[in-house]
Amino acid sequence: MTTKLKILAFGIARDIMGGSSVQFNIEMPTTTSKLKKALIDQFPEFIDVRSLAVAVNNEYSSGSDVILDGDEVAIIPPVSGG
Amino acid sequence: MDKRRIDIQILDTSLSVERCREFITRSDCGAEAIFVGTVRDHTKDRRVTKLEFEAYTTMAILEMEKIALRLLDHHNIHKIAIHHRIGILRISEIPVIIAVSAPHRKAAFAACEEAIDTLKETVPIWKKEFFEDGSTWVAAHP
Repeated sequence: MTTKLKILAFGIARDIMGGSSVQFNIEMPTTTSKLKKALIDQFPEFIDVRSLAVAVNNEYSSGSDVILDGDEVAIIPPVSGG
Repeated sequence: MDKRRIDIQILDTSLSVERCREFITRSDCGAEAIFVGTVRDHTKDRRVTKLEFEAYTTMAILEMEKIALRLLDHHNIHKIAIHHRIGILRISEIPVIIAVSAPHRKAAFAACEEAIDTLKETVPIWKKEFFEDGSTWVAAHP
């Protein structure tokens, strides 16, 4: 079933997605790699971004990690602190 | 692992080297290494007017804690403070301070360098550079 997943977006991802908290339509449950693919499909500007990570509940997540309703999901473009 | 030995903060006000020192200083340590990051006035040939830092604060704190706890595990150090600032910073202001105390200098230097190197790779904080004719998110594009 397609659900609205709330996604937190920072840095250039916020500019590309048009807000710091965006409702994104996706089939749930999903995985990190499916989410990344869906984001790039909807926002092609992500292709030009050097790397794109996903954090689920404040931890970096990888390819097959499952994302469930209620998880806190964030898009992490290349970090540049310090 | 002892969280009383680490001090992790993300602040929207000026950072203070003295405040970091107050946390790390111990009578049984003979060395303190302190890295202070400052805002540089140029990137390559372009003049930078200011920087803006943004953080995913809850996760950034957790990632900074991981760095500090791993360093306590791997180096002979006693305490570590990592303070990062967010918001608008002018030239020569301080976005980051890392302070480490250790019985001897080599461990303090090594831990301090490892901390800033890892922070730049893993902690979800982003820097936007402002020039006279525009702005850009650092490292966003290849």
